[in-house]
Parts: sequence; structure tokens; C-alpha cells
Amino acid sequence: MAGLVLTRPIPLLILQSFLLAVAFGSNEVEEEFSEALLLKPLPDRKVLAHFHFENRAPPSNSHGRHHHLFPKAISQLVQKFRVKEMELSFTQGRWNHEHWGGSDPLSSMNAKPVGVELWAVFDVPHSQVDASWKNLTHALSGLFCASINYLESSASYAAPTWGFGRNSDKLRYGSLPREAVCTENLTPWLKLLPCRDKDGISALMNRPSVYRGFYHSQRLYLSMVDSGEEGVGSGMLLEQTLTVVLQPDDVSVEKHLQPSWSLSSLFGRNVVGKCVLAKSSNVYLQMEGLAHPEAHTLWKNAEFELSIKPDRTLRESSSVLFIYSIDKSSDSEPFDLGLTWKLPSKWSCQQAPLHASRFLMGSGNERGAIAILLKATESQDKLSGRDLTNGRCTIKANIFQIFPWYVKVYYHTLQIFVDQQQNTSSEVLKKINVSPSTDKMSSGMMEMMLELPCEVKSAAISIEYDKGFLHIDEYPPDANQGFDIPSALISFPDHHASLDFKEELSTLPLLSKFKDKSLVRSYTEVLLVPLTTPDFSMPYNVITITCTVFALYFGSLLNALRRRIGEEERFLKSKGKKTGGLKQLLSRFTAKIRGRPVESPSSDSPATRSSILSTKLLFKIILVAVAAAAWQFFSTDM
Amino acid sequence: MTKDDGEMVEEQKKKPCRFWIWALSSVLFRLILISFSGNLNLSSRPEVSTPLTSIRRLAEGYWLKQASMSPYAGSMYHGSPLLLSLLGPLTVQRVKGQPSHLFCSLVFVIADILSAMLLRGIGKKLQMAYGLNARLLGLVKSPRDKGILPCGDIAALVYLWNPFTIVCCVGLSTSPIENLAVILALNGAVTRRVPLAAFGLVMATHLSLYPAILTIPVIFLLGYGLDAPPLKLFLQTRNVESENRSTSSASKQAKSKPTAHLPFLWKTVVHFVFWVLVWSLCVVVLCSLSLSKHGGLEEMFRRTYGFILSIEDLSPNIGVFWYFFAEVFDFFRNFFLIVFHVNILFMLLPLAIRLKHRPCFLAFIFLAISSLLKSYPSVGDSALYLSLWALFVNELADMKFSFFLFCGYLGVSLLSPVMHNLWIWRGTGNANFYFGNAIGYACFQIVFVVESVSAMLNHDRALKRCNSNHQKVEN
Repeated sequence: MAGLVLTRPIPLLILQSFLLAVAFGSNEVEEEFSEALLLKPLPDRKVLAHFHFENRAPPSNSHGRHHHLFPKAISQLVQKFRVKEMELSFTQGRWNHEHWGGSDPLSSMNAKPVGVELWAVFDVPHSQVDASWKNLTHALSGLFCASINYLESSASYAAPTWGFGRNSDKLRYGSLPREAVCTENLTPWLKLLPCRDKDGISALMNRPSVYRGFYHSQRLYLSMVDSGEEGVGSGMLLEQTLTVVLQPDDVSVEKHLQPSWSLSSLFGRNVVGKCVLAKSSNVYLQMEGLAHPEAHTLWKNAEFELSIKPDRTLRESSSVLFIYSIDKSSDSEPFDLGLTWKLPSKWSCQQAPLHASRFLMGSGNERGAIAILLKATESQDKLSGRDLTNGRCTIKANIFQIFPWYVKVYYHTLQIFVDQQQNTSSEVLKKINVSPSTDKMSSGMMEMMLELPCEVKSAAISIEYDKGFLHIDEYPPDANQGFDIPSALISFPDHHASLDFKEELSTLPLLSKFKDKSLVRSYTEVLLVPLTTPDFSMPYNVITITCTVFALYFGSLLNALRRRIGEEERFLKSKGKKTGGLKQLLSRFTAKIRGRPVESPSSDSPATRSSILSTKLLFKIILVAVAAAAWQFFSTDM
Repeated sequence: MTKDDGEMVEEQKKKPCRFWIWALSSVLFRLILISFSGNLNLSSRPEVSTPLTSIRRLAEGYWLKQASMSPYAGSMYHGSPLLLSLLGPLTVQRVKGQPSHLFCSLVFVIADILSAMLLRGIGKKLQMAYGLNARLLGLVKSPRDKGILPCGDIAALVYLWNPFTIVCCVGLSTSPIENLAVILALNGAVTRRVPLAAFGLVMATHLSLYPAILTIPVIFLLGYGLDAPPLKLFLQTRNVESENRSTSSASKQAKSKPTAHLPFLWKTVVHFVFWVLVWSLCVVVLCSLSLSKHGGLEEMFRRTYGFILSIEDLSPNIGVFWYFFAEVFDFFRNFFLIVFHVNILFMLLPLAIRLKHRPCFLAFIFLAISSLLKSYPSVGDSALYLSLWALFVNELADMKFSFFLFCGYLGVSLLSPVMHNLWIWRGTGNANFYFGNAIGYACFQIVFVVESVSAMLNHDRALKRCNSNHQKVEN
């Protein structure tokens, strides 16, 4: 890595690097960029293509000022918000754990929940973590043309403590299951690459073929690499991966045969040379579960045939890796790797020890229950990862789940069933951490650690909830579609996914990544909870009707209370002189309306009443006339 | 006096037998329903359990507390920490083969029985006072007049057999306990046990805030004595027999001192205020002890009273505020919050001025109004004021629209589950269906309150007229 000097085609860059070298001495470590593409036929007649771009910026005093390869937008992000580690993924489609693998590094790192998922660890004091997160979401939202800024509100993100697999209290996690992922997100992502999609492996990313796939996950991982030296700061590592699962066009007649494909048939494009700025530019083909282990060195055998001879072949316990370097390809001789099957072949993928799925129970819009079902898989790996505590073979599983506030979970209703038998919690449930949701303020979070016996067939967790009722402004435009509950994350702390090819070539970025032990994790489905809606067209009606009812209450009760005054007055007046007054008239009028007999009806003759009425009428008319005249006067005066 | 009492006891000997049969059968009925409570599923009805009274939320609060979190963490529990300490341990007790929350149900049954007995005590006092006043005014000649109904027994049975009370008791809402505290306060005030009255009032206020307005009627009860016709009538009455009476201090005072002013027993009231302070201090200290580890009192007030006053939860109930605040524009939210809460306070003063000679009736009206304008009303509140209403059967005998109101209450309580089902479960109706029902219920309550007040005022008016004409009125 150190002291490696790339030949730069552009004179300006040479000059720049020369100047930098003069300014900071010769121990300056260069930034590195490498690209790789991993192809892998899947058992269910599909092909997985995994693009991997790695960009390293070495620790330097000057970082942030000048970058040759490292995207400036990202380095500014790091500087501004003190991001220590961050992962952002845009995913469409669901990872099929059964057929595409569950416990290899590829699936544990790239099987992401639908929509946008973002987590970040910050290097700031505790009090500023939330503020940094909010700013980061806005910055990323602008950078990737996505509505990541919705993660800003405290009701949509959580701070996992241990359930996420990273024990940091400065970690924030949020996901937007509803986010649609399309080219508008891919284009800014490609802009971060030095060659964009003009040259090298990324030139394969033909939009129609990439988005035609069954699964599409575009990921950006950023982490700080500590140099260990004082005053140097830390380097940055930016990993951009795009994982697509494609269905090759099947032209063969035979149904049992796996479909044959080539790069040009999959993507509609060819690789016509490496990105000149890349340090290494490789294409890998991984074949799993070969029937003839001794035939692993043969790239042309009875079962299948590759169109190009691999530069190297590596083997691991269960898979074979063919490595190609695309340095030699050119416009005249494009690199078009193809795989042709000759014999029907079947194999299975490495699966996670337990297969997780999640579903809703109950009907109606009032309440329900969420169940997470863990089913044992036919996993060879189960025995290797077992943990013999107290002489018992156990599988540990961590469940991390976020509940939006409108799903009001009753944690005391948590029930755990192991092999359909209800279990007292303490037997299986080793650890639980709950942070309940606050209405409109924060989302709820549940982390739990289960310790299941190895011979378990199935385990189910159910928890009841009430559905919330929202204010009309809080509903999205398509309110009747329902609301999403983000995926739960199931991770197996005792199981690690790694592929070790035991070669010096493991220093290649993608292979070294595979060599790192990563936690086996799987995301469950996103759940759609329909919430009941109020009538969106009613606010005025509701306000007026309710206010009318309360006016009725106030008026009629007050009227009932003050009725005596009029009565007594009338009583007195009927005894004394009969002078008509406004009060008396009003009280009599109300008495008449209410159908109550007037206490002294004989004392009132219709003549006197009419005369009173007429004088009052006259007075009213005069009043209105004066008001009208005044209005007229003032309005003309203006 | 001895003669009267002897006759009354003799008279009561037949009736109590029937009363006890009915009371016991209501308890049995409750116990039978409790054994089926799993099928009835009443505890999740919005009419029965509100965010404040739901037992599920209480159990959640207890679970959070056991998990060494604040019971108010999240937005689940909004009740009192004392109730949590009392009922919380019972929510986790399970007996095999028995419905869950069996012990809680039994506590609520006991609370209902106690409330009914206390109501009966109030009713007996009121009945005696009524007979006494009628004789003082010369309206009733003999104390054995059959016209005076045993309002205590009636009120107790109305409380025990009211479907609303039964549903609340079986549906595991905490409103029986809130009602018990309110009735305790009234009973204490009626029987002039000042510490008891203060305790009931403080507890009721602590549990559900709204009974705080009962301070006025309780002070009137302690200061002026039991319900009586207006003082003027006694002043007008010339031929009062000089008998020695001890039950109604007001009438006694009025008789001995024919002044224009009603005497007010300041000493008792000061005594009461002192006890209120003592009990409040106790409650505050206990609450702060139970919440000392998390949040403390500030959080408690924010999560209980703050929750009641700011109407945060918009889940449907039989009131009208949930829909109003789900629909109203945010800009006006605070304005309407103030308007609706002040609506309760606005009516207190006029009612207190007009009905100060009938403090028990005033308490009933206050409770009815608070049930009408509550943030999270449930049928438990209606059950309370309906049984208090039965205390005044003698006075309110000629109340208008009673059949109409009965049909209205019946119709609303039958339609409410139907509308809720249509809206929430079937999805064939919308929120307006249920809201329309709630508006209807509010209207019936308004008519009920207004008609009760007018009937009582008319009754006083009739007494006055009869008195002035020296005629006998049959009630």
C-alpha cells in the first residue's frame, strides 16, 4: 500500500501530486481505489452480481483539502458531522435467504431491508449525537436524492445499545421501508466513483438491466481507519457496493439445465477496459457446491464451461473462485465472461442457523399482534457455531426491532413459544432491553437475546399492540395504504460468516473483506399495518357540530338556572304597575318558547304586548338604520 | 324521635330483605360474568376502558416498573402510582383454569359493593332530611308517609344493577375505584366525617383530576348541611313545631335563628381544609416515594394531569374530543383545549350560587358535567352520576323527558358497539358513524343535566307555591 505511485494520465494530476509531495514530504500515502465484480450463479437459476468499489484515503493532516480520488462530498460529510462509521443502503426486493444464502459474507453484508437503511456512529459528545444525526440525514438526503431527511424526526430513529451488533452508545439507526429506489439514487452514488460509469466495471451498470433484477441493493459504507499516530488523524475507507440478482435469459430447451449466461447477456454491455484510476480491477466468479471437488482447477469440465480461462483459481471448503483481471481487455477485445452449463446441476447455499420471518396477527383496526417466527434450517453450519454452555448446545439469537409510535406495543404481553410450547421467559430469554415509544415523540425499540437449544425446530415470539389514532395532518397522502413497520434484525452473535481462501491474494480488497469475520444477520420482512383513518373532508363539520353541541349545553343550562329571576320579576310586576321592560319581555318569550305556562298570564293583554313589541321593533329598526348610515358614511369617507 | 325511628326501623324491616336479595344477586351476576370475561372481551371496548382506566395499560406500567423503568416511560400508563402499587401485583397473579386478572376483578367487585353501601348511607341521610324538611314545612303530616321513597336503597340498586357499572366492573376498568373515592368523599361529607370526606376528595382528585370540582359541594355540605329547600321557605313558615332535631343542622339553625342569612359552619370547613392538606401531603409523599427512582413527581403530573388536560391520545371513546382534536387544525388546538376545559369551570359558579341549598344535588350535577366534558369519558362516569341521580327520586319525580332520555341512553349504548364494529372491524363505516353516536350521547347528557336542574328548581318552586298556599304537595 505504502509508496505506491500510480501513473496518472492527466498531466494536471501529476503536477498536483508533485506539488503535494513537495509540500508534505515523501512519506505521503496515496489514495487508493479498486474495483471488483463478483459473479455467482444461484441455485434457483439466477445470477448474483456484486459490484465492489473501495476507496481509501490515507490518514493525513491535509485531508479534506485535497483528494485525488476520494469523493470530496463524503470527506466533507465526515469532517462536518464527525462520522466514525456509517452505512447507507438503498434496497429494492427481498433477499431470498433460502436460495441465495444466509451465512456467507456476501449475504450477511448485502442482504438489506427494503427501502433505505441508515446507521451511523459519531465521534461527538453524547449530547450532540442526535443533532449530528439530524444534520447527517439532511446532508445525505441532498446527496442521494432520497427522503432520508424523514429520519430526522425523533419518532423515526432509535439508538440500539447491543442488539444491533455494535456496542456503541453513539450509534443511531433508522430505516425508511417505504422509500422507492431508482436511478435517481444510483446516479449520485455513481458520481462518487472516480470513473463514474464511463469506464471500468461500473460501465456494466446498464440501468434497464440493473433495475430489471429480482433484488437490487446499493450500499455505501464509510469508516474511519485509525492510523495510530498522534496528530495525523484518521484515514477514511469508503466502500460502495451494488448487489443485483438477475435472471439470465434462458435460451436452452432443457428445463433441468441451469441457464447459461455471459456478461453481455446479463447486462447488455461489455467491459472494455479497466478504470485507469483503479489500483486493481478484477472480476471473480464464485461457484458453490461443485459436484466434483477434484475438478476445481478445471474451468472447462463436464459440468460447465467458462468462456475465458481464469488468471487464477482459488478454493475454499465449499466453493471455488475464478479470478480474472480485466487489464488486458480493450475496445477491440472486450471482456465478456460467459458460463455455459452442460449437465444439470444442483447445489444448496449456506444458510443461517435459523430462518426468520415476521407476520401480523389479528384483524380489525384496533389492535393486533406481531409475531416473529424462527425456523430451523438445514444448516451444516449449525454445529460449528454451537455454544456449549453448561453442557447444553445452544444457539444465540439477537432480535432488534423498532416500533413506530403508532404501533403501541404492550411489552408485558410478550410470549415466547419454543416448538409450539409456551415457554416461561427466563428459560429462553437471556436478556431484554426495551425503550417504549412515546406518542409522536419517539419510536419504541426492543432488543432481546434468545438462547435456544440446538435441536429446536421453531421458535416464535409474539407481542400485542394497539393501533394508534393519528391527527389528520399526520397521515401520508395515501393514508389507506397503511403504515410500515421496519424490518426486524435477527443476528446470531456466535455465528460468523467468512470465506478464507488461504492465499496471499486475500489482500485483494474484496477477498480481504470476505476474510473478515462478519456477524450472520438477516432482516425480516417489512410489515404493513393498516391504520384506521378519520374522515379527511370533515374538519369544518366536526368543529361546527361540536361547538354547536357545547353552545347548546352552555346556553340551555344557563337558561335553566336564570329562569327564576324573570319569574319573580314578573310576579312582582304583575302585582305592581305593568311597565313593559326588555327583561320581562325576554323572559316571557323564553317561557313561551319552552312551552311553559307563564305564571301570570292573565295580567298580560295582547294589546300591551303588541304595543311593546312595536316600540321595540321601531327601536330596532332605528338602530339598524343608524348603523347602516354610519357604515355608509365611514366606508365612503375611506 | 324515638317513635319515628322505631317506625322507620319497622318499615325498613321488610324492605331491606328485598334490597339485600337484589344486592346479592347483582354480586352473583358479576361473578358469573367474570368467569366468562375471556369471551366477553369487554376490557378492550372503547366505551369501557379509556387510556386512563385501562387495565392493560396498568399491567404495562407495572411491567415497566418491574423492569426498573419508569411506569410512565412510553405513553402507556397515565394513572396514579398508588393504584399501580395496589393493582399492579394483582395483574400478574394467575390462577390456573381461571380467567386472567381474576384478582383485579374481585377488587373491582368489592369496590362496587362498597360504593353501593356508601350510596345507601348517603341516601338514608338524604331521605331523613327530606322527610324532616317536608314536616317542617308542613307538607307531610306523618313521618310514615308512603310518598317518600327510600332513595338510598334505590340509588344503591341502581348503582349495582346499572349495566354501565356492571360492564365497567367486568371489563376491568379502574373506574369503579375512582367512583368509590368520589362516593367516599360524598358519604364523608353527608355523615359529617370530615377526615373521610377529605380523604375521598383527595383520592378522587388524585385518581382522575375532575373530582377536584367537588370541593365546592363538599364544603357546602359541611358548611350548610344536607339538601334542604331554600331558606326563605323556612322563614316563611310560621307554624313550625318545636321539635328537637339533630340530623339536619341547617334546618335546626334556621329554626332557632330566623335570620336572613344561612349560617355557615366555618369551623368544620377549616377542619376539612386541614384534612385535605394532610391527605394531599400523604398522597404526594407516597407518590414521590414510589417514583423516587425515576422521574419523580414532575413526571407524574406531566403524564397524568398533563395527559388529561392536553388530550394527547386520539383513540376513540364515547366523548367527542378525540375526533375533534384529530380533525382540528393544529393552529387552533390550544385555543379549543382552553375553551373546552374552561367550559367546565364556567358553569361551576352559576350552579353553586343557584343550588347552594342542595349541595348533594350540586355534586351530582358537577359529576354529570365533568362526565360530559371529560377528556376521556367512559360509561363508568355515567354509571356514577346516574346512581347519584337516583338519590333524588323524591325531588325529581316530575322530571320531564325521562322516558325519552331512557330510550336515548339505551339507544346510544346499543348503537355504540355497532358503529364501532362497522368502522373499526368491518371497515364498512367510517369515523363519522361513531362520532355521530358520541355526539348523540353528548346531547342526551346535556338534556339530562338541564332537565335535572330545571326539575329541581321547579320542585323548589312548587314547594314555595304550596307553602305559600298552605297546600299539601304530593311528590
